[in-house]
Amino acid sequence: MKFAVLAFPGSNCEKDSFYALKDVLEEDVALVSYQAESLDGFDAVVVPGGFSYGDYLRSGALARFAPIIPALKAFAAAGKPVLGICNGFQILTEAGLLPGSLQKNTAGKFICRQQKLVVANAQTPFSSRYQAGQVITLPIAHGDGNYYADEQTLQELEENGQIVFTYQDNPNGSLKDIAGITNQAGNVLGMMPHPERGVEEILGSADGIQLFQSLIDHVEVAAHE
Amino acid sequence: MTVVKIFVNYKESILNPEAETIKKALGRLGYQNIAELKVGKSFELTLADGLTQEQIKCEVNEICDRMLVNYNMENYRYEISETEVI
Repeated sequence: MKFAVLAFPGSNCEKDSFYALKDVLEEDVALVSYQAESLDGFDAVVVPGGFSYGDYLRSGALARFAPIIPALKAFAAAGKPVLGICNGFQILTEAGLLPGSLQKNTAGKFICRQQKLVVANAQTPFSSRYQAGQVITLPIAHGDGNYYADEQTLQELEENGQIVFTYQDNPNGSLKDIAGITNQAGNVLGMMPHPERGVEEILGSADGIQLFQSLIDHVEVAAHE
Repeated sequence: MTVVKIFVNYKESILNPEAETIKKALGRLGYQNIAELKVGKSFELTLADGLTQEQIKCEVNEICDRMLVNYNMENYRYEISETEVI
């Protein structure tokens, strides 16, 4: 299977994502410039973390007008998996691929640490290798990670099982302790924690590996159907 | 020249940690009379001549809709003024 990792001006986790997929998971992966206009030939797309366009205007607000975005929207609309990590999550909400938005942390500071998460839904293309209720550890590193959506949207997220990861000891003020959600179809996941930085014990956690393995399982099963 | 000033603010229902932090810091400086403090963004557009009021409003609303405002958290207002070129 072949992964695309997008790179915008100001992205800074695209190489971490590339490394995790290429060297740890030993999958085929390519960096794709924000100026590209096609995602043909790829099975999954990672929208990585960083500070695209300097976080100017709002986090993720300007990346959504990059030339690659129409192809990303078509890729998602075709039901193929898209994983947005940190700034990638912010970009996906701004692009309308995920509901809600990410505000400044209530703690008034950038938070960078290992964070315990609860797997709220283990029946998604991104979480099938985990158990529901399992507590995992992944690093977080963000200033705008405070998830906000109106009451009705939050209710829909819960009813549809779109909340995939929640925080233990909520670090940033996110409503419903939300750390990661999918779209209604379930093929687009946005999350603030960094699974690509949690793929080896020497990094402090290897719990991110199962997320990528879940995704690989999903694509390989889909290919055989 | 026509100048449009656009003000984007958080909706009333949204807690703004930035505004809260600034308000607390002002309180520590001794300014105890501030009941509420808001932090928003402002944009100033200078437009080409010859546009009707209707065209200006239409374009400004479109710019806000498409880029400057996130309706999930924010709302906006704007003021249109004419400036004389010296």
